[in-house]
This record gives sequence, C-alpha cells and structure tokens, in this order.
Amino acid sequence: MSAAIEIENLFFAYGARRVLEGVSLAIAKGEMVGVLGPNGSGKTTLLKILSGVLAGVGEVKLDGQPIRSYARRELARLAAVVPQESEIHFPFTAAEIVLMARASHHGRLELEGAADLDAARRAMAATETASLADRYLHELSGGEKQRVMIARALAQEAAILLLDEPAAFLDLKHQKGVFDLMRRLNGERGLTIVAALHDLNLAALYFPRLVLLGAGKIFRDGPPEDVLTEANIRAVYGVEVRVERPGPERRPHVFVRA
Amino acid sequence: MKVLDHRKMLAVNVALLVLLLLTVLACSLLGPVGIDLKRALGDLFSPDAEILFRARLPRVLLGAAIGGGMAACGVVLQAMLRNPLACPQMLGVSGGASLGGILGMIFFPNWLLPVAGGLLGEISWVPLAAFLGALSSMALVYRFSLFHGRLHAYHLLLTGVIFNSFVAALIMFLNSIVDFYQAQGLLFWLMGSLSTRAYTTVAFIFAYVAAGFLWLWSQGLRLNLITLGGEAALQLGVEVASVERQVFVASSLMIGAMVSVSGMIGFVGLMIPHVMRLIVGSDHRLLLPASFLAGAIFLCWADTLARVLLAPAELPVGIVTAFFGGPFFLFLLYREGRKMPV
Repeated sequence: MSAAIEIENLFFAYGARRVLEGVSLAIAKGEMVGVLGPNGSGKTTLLKILSGVLAGVGEVKLDGQPIRSYARRELARLAAVVPQESEIHFPFTAAEIVLMARASHHGRLELEGAADLDAARRAMAATETASLADRYLHELSGGEKQRVMIARALAQEAAILLLDEPAAFLDLKHQKGVFDLMRRLNGERGLTIVAALHDLNLAALYFPRLVLLGAGKIFRDGPPEDVLTEANIRAVYGVEVRVERPGPERRPHVFVRA
Repeated sequence: MKVLDHRKMLAVNVALLVLLLLTVLACSLLGPVGIDLKRALGDLFSPDAEILFRARLPRVLLGAAIGGGMAACGVVLQAMLRNPLACPQMLGVSGGASLGGILGMIFFPNWLLPVAGGLLGEISWVPLAAFLGALSSMALVYRFSLFHGRLHAYHLLLTGVIFNSFVAALIMFLNSIVDFYQAQGLLFWLMGSLSTRAYTTVAFIFAYVAAGFLWLWSQGLRLNLITLGGEAALQLGVEVASVERQVFVASSLMIGAMVSVSGMIGFVGLMIPHVMRLIVGSDHRLLLPASFLAGAIFLCWADTLARVLLAPAELPVGIVTAFFGGPFFLFLLYREGRKMPV
C-alpha cells in the first residue's frame, strides 16, 4: 500500500523569505497527524503545497503520484481542505456552499444530481449542520460556519482531509466539537487527516502523531510524549514551560509559566 | 434543503423571457407618435410600418441586447473581482472605447463605412473607432493586471479604474480644445444613447452579446466557486487562472462592442446583478441568464421612458436608469438587506 502523502526534501520561499528548508515527511493512509510550530514556521505553507495552491521545490506525492501530475479536478477529489477562515462576498446558503464541493464530481454545465445531493446530505448529517442548510452562510456563528466548511470538505469525498487551524476562532465547546469530529472521521471512515494546530494540549489529547516544525525544518516527529517536551518547546517556541503527564493516559500537558 | 433544480431554472427563465417579449412588443408600440400594429403589419409601406420597423424596433432590440449584456457583464465582474461595486464601466475598456470614438469624431468626422460593399448604405465609422479603442485598452489593461504571470483581481480593478480616470482626463482635454459645436456633439455621444437606424449595427451587437453571454454562462458553475476566493476555488478543483482570463476577454469584448455603439449607459450593470441576486439567489448558472433577461427588460423600459417623458425631446437614457433604478434598488436593499453579507 502506498503512502497517502510523501514529501521529500521540500523547499519553499516567499520571495527572499525562506519558509521550508528541506522537509521530508511520509504519512500513511488512515493516519491522523497534527502539525505544530510557531507562527511563520511553515504549517500553512505546507498545507497549501499539499492542496496544490503553492508549488515548492522537491518531491511531493499524493497517493503515490507526483502532485504535479494531477489535474485540479482530480486533486480536489483526492484531498479536501478546511480553511482557517473563509471569504464570503455574496449571499449563498449553507447547502449551496456544501454543494460547491461537488463541482469536481459533476460536469460543469450540469446541475447537481442525486449522487451530489446525497453526498451533501450525508456530509451535513455527519457535521450536524443539516438544520442550517437553508440559512445564509454569513448569518451563521463562527462555530456553525466552521462545521459547514468541514461538511463541504467531506462532501468532496476525498480520502485526505487537510485542516488549517480548524478551531482557531472557536470557543472551548466548539473547539472540542471539531476535534471530536476529526477523531471520528479518522476512526470511522479511515480518512487521512493532516491538521495544522495551535493548541498544544488539544493536539496532544487527540492526535497520535505530531510533527513539530521549527525554522523551516521538522524539529521532531513522533507521538505526543516525544514531541511535547520542555526542551523541544523551549527550542522551537522560545518559551519556558512545564510539561506534566496526568491521568491514566499519560498524555503530555503543557503549562505556561506566567 | 432548497437547491437550484431544473424546475426553478426553467420557471425563472421562461417567465422572464415572456416578460421580455411582451416588453419588446409594448416598447415598440409606445412613443410620441401612436402607431397601429394591425395597419403596420397589413401594409409594410404605411407610415406605421415605417416607424415601427425603421425607428422603433431596431432601437428596442438594441436596448434589449445592451441591457442584457451590461447586466451579464456586471454579474461576472462582481464575481471575479469579488467586489459588489464592480461594474462594466470599471474595466478600463469603456474608457478606451470612449477615447477611440472621440478621436474618430474629432479627426475624421466625415468618414463613412460602406456596408456590404455599399449595397446596404453607409454607416458612421465612429463605432468602429470606438471598438478599436476598446480592443487596445483591453490589451493594455490585461498586460498591467498580470501579477506573477496571472491575472490578479486587485490589479485588474485598480488598473481599470486608474486607466479610466486617465482617459477621462484626456477626453476632457480634447473636449476643451475643440470648438463649441463639436464639444456639444462629443458630450452627447459620451452620455450614451440607443438611437440607431441600422439593423447592421443591431446585428453586430447581437452577435457579440450572444456569443459573449454564452461564453460567460458556460463558466457559471466555476464562477460560484471563484466568489469564495482564489485559493478556495483552486482547492475545490477550479482552474482559476483560466476562468479569470476567459471572463476578462469575453466581458471586455462585449463591453467594447456595446460601448462603441451606445456609449456608456450606466447603472444597469451595477444594479441588475444585485437585484437578481436578491430575487433568484447567487448561483451563477441561474443568476446569469436571469440578470441578462432582467437587464434587457429594464433597459427597454428605461429607453422608452427616455423617449416619451419629454417628447418630442429625448432624455439621455442614463438619467432614466439611475433615476428610477436607484430608488427601487434602495427599497429592495432595505427589505432584503439581511441577504447581503456584510
């Protein structure tokens, strides 16, 4: 079985500002990986390269094939993205937004067919957004909106789900909701999940594998207890913390010293 | 879950199409001189037929094509630039067309072009000069809107606006160095008018508007995705650069052709897309044809009012579109405003 994502010696720069300097990473199908790192460490850039929005130097393979070899439509059926924030300039309902995910499945001169409506319904049921279907996206709360965005990504029916800080603007309850949903999608449907994350403790709690980016390189890659250590966090974030491992699961928990 | 289906597509488009046909008929019959439809159709050499087929019908058809074309261009430009204030005037093409037309009027005012080798008479060459101006400005704006090798929405918006202001300065300059009578003529042409005598002109506009509209309509689904932003559209499988290029070229050609013939008729391209979005929704597969038909209906009526309000004098049609369209739009915005994303 080929890996879902293979990255070898990837470099990327925005003009003169180098962001990724030789990143290599392999993610197997069905894995759930959290990408951590300070602002500007390249988390978002990495996800954008994986979704084909940016192109770096180096080999990037999705599902065994170089990412360049895919047409946009094929790529959209392979990997779906949940953005950090979404632009909305015109009145679209939540259902219309979710159905846009189907553009890569049906012909572009067609309206959505039964299969597309079905996929949208299932995606909205899984994210508990069915009751929001006919509401305008711009009328929804941050948490509702983000669930609709996840529904859209699910309706794409891609095996790889890329999320860029999916809980960044959410309150505690909705943060937990999004993390629970990611775990469920990974466990029940076997989706490969790669998420850029800010909250170290939620990452440690939910993600079996963490990748810590620092200065354009992978600083540490492994289970939470190996990655989230006091020394690693000091080195990458430049912050003094205390890490404890409470409870029976002994997942690391990071305390910031004020 | 309410979504766009074939029934809604058909119902809206057929209803608007019927309204448009009735509008064309009614507007052809209305005017300062009353005409009798029976007599006009019974005797093709009667004065009634002469007025109907020579004066009114070509003008009404032209109004329908230009109203529809402006509205359709407004829809796609607002989507592509992700800016609700975008309108056909913004693209720079309109400025280029105006400048071309004015240069033609000043330097070769008496040139006439033979149609079909002179068999169908001669037409003024001003529209052709304007169209040449439109094409060259289109090339120029395109070139300056490239950013990292691809068309960039903000660059396009700014280039268009700045190009138009620059051209406006040139036009004002030209206007102030020609004599009084010529200046009057230029001003009148710039205000825009649908008066025409030639079916060749109408056919020219129909060809551009119909082809351009179908081209734009074929991008309807992808335009929906593009309103979400370039990155989101890419991630959903849209070749964004290709769509933007196609939309720019198709709408520029349409706008260039329309402005060359009728001058810049404002407001239709800005207002109709918003009105129709509030009524039929934002899905471009329906929004585009619905706006086209509504724009056609609206401009036919506006031009009819322009002809009859102060008959036998004529008002510039742009005055009518803004005078009646503005308040209606504000009313609709007040009632349906919650549908607008802030």
